[in-house]
Amino acid sequence: MSAAAITPDLIAQHQITPGEYQKIVSILGREPNYTELGIFSVMWSEHCSYKSSRLHLKKLPTRGKLVVQGPGENAGIIDIGGGYVIAFKIESHNHPSFIEPFQGAATGVGGILRDIFTMGARPIAVMDSLRFGRLEGTPNAARNRRILGGVVSGIAHYGNCFGVPTVGGECVFESCYDGNPLVNVFALGVCRKEDVFYAKAAGVGNPVIYVGARTGRDGIHGASMASAEFTEESKQKRPNVQVGDPFMEKLLLEACIEAMHTGAVVGIQDMGAAGLTCSTCEMGSRGEVGIEIELDRVPQRETGMTPYEIMLSESQERMLLVADKGREEEVFAVFRKWGLEAVEIGTVTNDGKLRVKQHGLVVAEIPNRELADEAPLYDRPHSEPLRRVPMNPRPYTCPDVSSALLQLLASGDLCSKRYIWEQYDYLVRSSTVAGPGADAAIIRIKETGTSVAMSLDGNGRYCYLSPREGAMLAVAESCRNLSTVGAQPVAATNCLNFGNPERPEIMAQLVEAIEGMADACRFFDTPITGGNVSLYNETLGEGIYPTPVIGIVGLMKTVQPTGIAFRAPGRSVVLLGGVGDNDETRFGSTQYAKVVLNQLWGLPPRLDLDREKRLQSAIREIVNAGLAESAHDLSDGGLAVALAECSFGGVGARIDLDSDMPPERLLFHEGPSRVLLSTEHVERVTAIATKHGIEAPVVGVTIEIEIEVSQRSKRLGLWGIAELKTAYEQALEAHVR
Amino acid sequence: MKFGVIVFPGSNRDHDAFYAAANILGQKAELIWHDATSLGDLDAVILPGGFAYGDYLRCGAIAKFSPIMKAVKKFAADGGQVLGICNGFQILVEAGLLPGALIRNRGLKFICREVQLRPGTTDSPFTCAARKDRTYRVPIAHGEGCYFADERTLDELDTEDRVAFRYVGNPNGSLRDIAGILSRERNVMGMMPHPEDAIEPLMGSSDGLVVFQSLLSAAVRA
Repeated sequence: MSAAAITPDLIAQHQITPGEYQKIVSILGREPNYTELGIFSVMWSEHCSYKSSRLHLKKLPTRGKLVVQGPGENAGIIDIGGGYVIAFKIESHNHPSFIEPFQGAATGVGGILRDIFTMGARPIAVMDSLRFGRLEGTPNAARNRRILGGVVSGIAHYGNCFGVPTVGGECVFESCYDGNPLVNVFALGVCRKEDVFYAKAAGVGNPVIYVGARTGRDGIHGASMASAEFTEESKQKRPNVQVGDPFMEKLLLEACIEAMHTGAVVGIQDMGAAGLTCSTCEMGSRGEVGIEIELDRVPQRETGMTPYEIMLSESQERMLLVADKGREEEVFAVFRKWGLEAVEIGTVTNDGKLRVKQHGLVVAEIPNRELADEAPLYDRPHSEPLRRVPMNPRPYTCPDVSSALLQLLASGDLCSKRYIWEQYDYLVRSSTVAGPGADAAIIRIKETGTSVAMSLDGNGRYCYLSPREGAMLAVAESCRNLSTVGAQPVAATNCLNFGNPERPEIMAQLVEAIEGMADACRFFDTPITGGNVSLYNETLGEGIYPTPVIGIVGLMKTVQPTGIAFRAPGRSVVLLGGVGDNDETRFGSTQYAKVVLNQLWGLPPRLDLDREKRLQSAIREIVNAGLAESAHDLSDGGLAVALAECSFGGVGARIDLDSDMPPERLLFHEGPSRVLLSTEHVERVTAIATKHGIEAPVVGVTIEIEIEVSQRSKRLGLWGIAELKTAYEQALEAHVR
Repeated sequence: MKFGVIVFPGSNRDHDAFYAAANILGQKAELIWHDATSLGDLDAVILPGGFAYGDYLRCGAIAKFSPIMKAVKKFAADGGQVLGICNGFQILVEAGLLPGALIRNRGLKFICREVQLRPGTTDSPFTCAARKDRTYRVPIAHGEGCYFADERTLDELDTEDRVAFRYVGNPNGSLRDIAGILSRERNVMGMMPHPEDAIEPLMGSSDGLVVFQSLLSAAVRA
C-alpha cells in the first residue's frame, strides 16, 4: 500500500478544498490514507457529485404519469405502453474529446450505452450534439478540423461496431468552442417493463461480481479532469483518456441482458466515471448495505497496480453486478459463453461501508452513504449572467436576399451534415423510420407497433444573450420538432454545458438556464428524467457560451413518416403560425446576423409558451390526420432556409408573403412557433388551426425546380433548387478538407 | 423454407436478417451460435452484417476460423444456399467460398447511404425474381466494401455471369462496380448492400425483398 503522506499539497492536487478535507476527516473519524483521498476526490468531483449544480437541479420537474424512473439511476425510464418501457439519457464527453478526439468521443458513446443496458434495456438509438470551433478564418481552424474529424470517426467507430443506429443530432460551429468542443451523446433503449434492472446492491452475503474488460492504468482521474478548466498543460492529460473497445461492449451487452434473464442478478451498474469506486459505493449506498472487495481478485491488465490505481481506473467496458448467493454459476455460465471474464471480487455486507482489501489487508474503509450521497453542496454566488454584447447592432447594410440565402445554406451551422451522418450506421436494427435530416428521428418499436421520436436541441448563442429564454427556446424547439412529425412529447433529458461555476457571472448563466428549462419542461409536461452537468468548459480563461442541450422523446403510432420535402407540384403551401413578429433587438441572435452581418446583439427570439403549445397541438393533429404531405418546423435561418430545405427533394414553391417587415427580417428572423407544410386539404388544415387559435395563411403553391418568394406581390428572390442544394450539400465537405 | 442466421460474437444485423426471414417472409428461421458444429435441417444460411470478433484484424479474418464455418462450407459444398451480407460477404471471401477481397472504401470512410443496384444476372437462386431492366434501392453501411480482385478473376466473374449486383453510381470504388457476386456453383452469394434493411415501405424501400423472394421461388422450383 502506498505510504504517500497526506500533505496540503497532495490534497490540493486532488482538487479537494480544506473545508472538504475537514468533512472527510469527520466522516472517517481520522485522516484518510492516500487511496481514500483518491476515492473521495473522484466521488466528490464536480463531475460525479454535481456539487455546484445540485441545489438548482432540484428545480427541474422530474415526475409525470409515464415516468417509471427519474433522476438518480443510470438512466431515466418512461412507460411507452404495451408492457414496454424506454430508458434514455444524455451525457457529455467534452474534456476527453478535446484531448484525444477519436477515443474521447468513442468512449463517450460507450459510456452512455452502458448506462442504458445497465438498466436492462437494449440500446436502439443514439444521437449526438456536437459543438466545434470554426473550421475557417481562425488560426485554430486546422486543429478544429482535426477535432471534428476525430470526434465523428470515434462516434462512428463505436456506434457502428456496437450495432446501434446513430439517427440524428446537431452540429454547430462557434469560436467559443475553439479550445473546448462539446460532445454530448444521447442514447435510448427499450425493454419489457418487468425486465428493468436497478443499480442497487442487496442481500447480505451475496457475491459481488466483476465482468468485462480488465482494469488498467487508463483514465485515472478522468472524472477530476472533467471538473477543471483547461490549461496549457492539459495535453499532458492524454493518458487520462480511456481507450474504447466496441466489440467488448457488444459482448458485454449481450451477456448482461442474457444474465439478467436468468433471474440470478440482484443489481448491476456499469463502471463509468470513477470506475470501481463509483460502482461499488453507489450500489451499496442505494441498497443501504456495505460492500467489501478484494483487489487481488480484480482482473488486471498490468502488474503492480496500487489500490489507488485500481480503484480510480476508468478502463472501459466493465460492469459490476450482485448475484443471488448460490446462483453465481448461472451468471458465470452466461459470461463464459460470451468469452468474457466474470470474477467474484467481494460480498455484500451489513455495515454500510465500502471496504477495500488488498492481499487481505484493508486499504480503504469508507461509509458508502456519506461517500456517495453526502458530497459537499455549494450554493455558489451568482450575479448577472455574463454577456459582453450590445443590445443594438452596429450600422449594417443587407445584401440582396438571393445571395444571403445561398450564403446561409453554405454556412457551417445550416449546411447539410451529410458528411457527418453518412459515416454513422443509422439503419442497423431495421427500425429507423426517420433518420438524420428529419425534424425528429423516429425509431419504431417492433414489439409494440408504436414508435419513439426524439430530438436534441440547444442554442448557445440564444443562451448567451439570455440563458433563461435560450433554455426555454431549446425546450420549445425540441417539442416542436417532435410535434411536427406527429409525436406527443413525453419526457426529457438534459446536458448542461457551462464554464467555471466559481465565477458568479457563469454561475448565473447556469442558474437561469436551469430555471428556464424547468419552467418550459413543466409547461410542456416533459419531466426531466436524468442528465448530466459539464462545468469548467473553459480554456485559458475563455469560457464557452452557456450551452444547455435538451433531448426530448415523444410517442406516436408507427406510420409512414410525413417528411419535410414537398412531394408534388400544385399543392398549397401553408405557413402555420404565420409570418411571426420580430423587431431589430430580436434579430441580433439569428443566423443571418451571425453569417451575413457577422454580428451578435440583442436578445433571442420572443417565445410565447401558450401559443407554442397551441401550434404544436395543431400540427400534431394535422399530421396525424394525414392532411400534410410535408411538414417542417422553422428554426435556425428562419422561413427562407426552411423553404429551401423543403425543396431539396426537387419540388419548390412560389410564395407571396403579406407583411410589412423589412425583407431580410421577414425571410430570416427566427421567431418560433411556426411550421411550413404542404397540403391538398387547405380547408381542413385551416379548420384545425383555427380550432387551436393559430393562424394558417396559405402563402403559396408548390412548383417544379425553383423557389420564388415575393412580399405583397413584389418579387424578393428566385432561386433554382439545384443551385441552392449544391451550396447546401457541398459546404461541409469543402470546409473540412 | 427454413433459414438459419449465424450469430458470430460481434454480428449486429443478425436480428435484421432474422426479422426479414421470419416476420416479413413468414418463413421458419433460427439463430445459430458460432460455436455450433452443425447447421441442422436448413434450406438457406445467412451470414449477417456486423463486426465479427470486432474485425480488428482484417474483416472476417478471424470469423473464418469459427467452428460453425466448417459446417457452412460443407453445407455449401452439398449445394445449400449461403447468403453473406456485408460482414457475411467479407467472411465468405476470407473463408475462400467466394473469390476476391473487400478493402477499405475509396474515400476511407464508413458510408451509410441508399444506393441503386442493377442485377448482373437473374440466373441464380438469389436473383431469379429480379429484373435486369430496372434498378433496386437498397442501403449500404460499411467501411470496407470496396470489391477488389485481379483482372483474371474479374474477367472470370464476368464471363461466367457471376456478378449478382452492380452499383449504379459506385459509392466505394469497387472494381467493375461490383456489389455482389456468386460462387461458381451459384449457390453462394455475397453482397455488401443490405437487402434485409429494405423490405418494408416503412424503411423507405422494399426493393431488398427481391433477394428473399428469389430464394423462395427458387425453393419452390427445386
